[in-house]
Amino acid sequence: MTCLERVLTTLGHKEPDRVPFFLPLTMHGARELGMSIREYYSRPENVAEAQVTMWKKWGDDFLFNFFYAAVETEAWGGQTVFFDDGPPNAGAPIVSHPEGIPHLQAPVVAEAPSLQRVLQATAIMRAQAGADVPIIGVVMSPFSLPVMQLGFGPYLELLYERRDLFERLMRLNEEFCVEWANAQLAAGATAIGYFDPVSSPTIIPYDLYVATGLEVARRTIARIAGPTATLMASGATIPIIDDVATTGTAILGASCDEDLAEVKRLCKGRLTVIGNLNGIEMRRWTAAEAEAAVKDAIARGGPGGGFVLSDTHGEIPWQVPDDVLYAIVDAVRTWGRYPLDWVQAEPEA
Amino acid sequence: MVTGSDVRDFVEALLSVDRRAAQRIFERARAEATVIDVVEGLIVPALETVGDDWQQGAASLSQVYMGARICHTLVESAMLPQEAVRDVQPRLAVAVLGDGHSLGKQLVLLSLRSGGYRVLDLGAQRTPEELVAACVEHDIQILFISVLMLPAALRVAELRAALADAGRLTKLVVGGAPFRFDANLWREVGADSFGYSASHATRIVAQMGGAA
Repeated sequence: MTCLERVLTTLGHKEPDRVPFFLPLTMHGARELGMSIREYYSRPENVAEAQVTMWKKWGDDFLFNFFYAAVETEAWGGQTVFFDDGPPNAGAPIVSHPEGIPHLQAPVVAEAPSLQRVLQATAIMRAQAGADVPIIGVVMSPFSLPVMQLGFGPYLELLYERRDLFERLMRLNEEFCVEWANAQLAAGATAIGYFDPVSSPTIIPYDLYVATGLEVARRTIARIAGPTATLMASGATIPIIDDVATTGTAILGASCDEDLAEVKRLCKGRLTVIGNLNGIEMRRWTAAEAEAAVKDAIARGGPGGGFVLSDTHGEIPWQVPDDVLYAIVDAVRTWGRYPLDWVQAEPEA
Repeated sequence: MVTGSDVRDFVEALLSVDRRAAQRIFERARAEATVIDVVEGLIVPALETVGDDWQQGAASLSQVYMGARICHTLVESAMLPQEAVRDVQPRLAVAVLGDGHSLGKQLVLLSLRSGGYRVLDLGAQRTPEELVAACVEHDIQILFISVLMLPAALRVAELRAALADAGRLTKLVVGGAPFRFDANLWREVGADSFGYSASHATRIVAQMGGAA
């Protein structure tokens, strides 16, 4: 099977030849090319070259066009802070006071250099890797982007205390998000990772999610012209799985704090589950620990398809060494072949 | 006299982000007790309960944050300018190491100040060298470090070493996502304690002998 066939089969809730896996490596590309993280992200050719190189090196089933979350706030006029050993961060919030929200203007994707770099990298990846491998694009959800636009605390206050301004911001962000997602699909991305950590019950209570983030997701995902994966960046998902399934998304990212078998049972037939290796512990795993973690995840999530093995967060930390990645890859190839005869019994439905 | 029922009602008001209900309970308790008694009997246990709920997945971060803001406002409103809730004040400080993710720091500040402690805010994007200099200048006894990113969590080890080089006995309390996802990490980087939730900050100060 090609990577795309393997992924499509599991998205159809059937078993492919082996468990598809996704190593969401971003900054590792800079290491691969022997350059600083800042220099690496300055040219789309760097990211495209490194992504294709890493895909061939690790043999996983996806390419990843994600640079860093702050490419979006750069487009809105914000700054990015670079580090030598971690992901670039958004600088100071672009909205210093909620009363500034009515004066905000969403960026035009075609006029935003940071977004254009991502689109160029996507197109190069597609040209170099061909049609048989899915490319995962990324958007911050309209509901979660304000953490960078306003700052986390002020956004929570807006959510509770200024629902009028919140709704205005959502309409603006939704238009931007849809345009940005569809531009990535047009450039060659196969699916869009809809990063929505604020919707997780880890961050906001269920009733508030139903009244806010859920509605935003329904409106936005309906207008994205390709499949989406809803990712909560390690946040909990179990209490909202039934709701997420109504948003039109195809995939849900499970937290490493959750029982993957339970997530899989609740998603069965409706959502493909992606996850949920612990990227923070991964840095210090031995080969045996990596194998045990992969084996456990496959045993819990793999039977019946509808599962992609990956990390819990959507980005593997810079500190995770190649030895660990090799051990993960080896373990997938050893334990991920369908049929999973070694798994005693499928987790109870 | 603050009752268990008051605490339960107050927790419910915080989880519902119901300022008026929280204020009613606070003022009723305040009419019958000193500020420190209300802080010790109502505010601290309620915030700890909300923090426990978050740790167990029964509450959300937004409820922890909004609840801490409500408590801070109530305690501040009950005090005269420059008045201290507690007679004994350990020298406490809070900072974000490395990057600019400040929500955790803000939560620790709100929690400790709601608990009647004076806390020095050393800001975000601090380097180990800057924090050591601040600890020396202000003779800090307990330094709370909040991080979101793994690189910043690992840099706590540099801070620990730099404090030792400077001959400081400042205790380091760490919190944030990397420490929650890797239960061994706080020990690995040489911290003295780890707080799963910022709401547990007052408990940690007490455990370290800093209670009034």
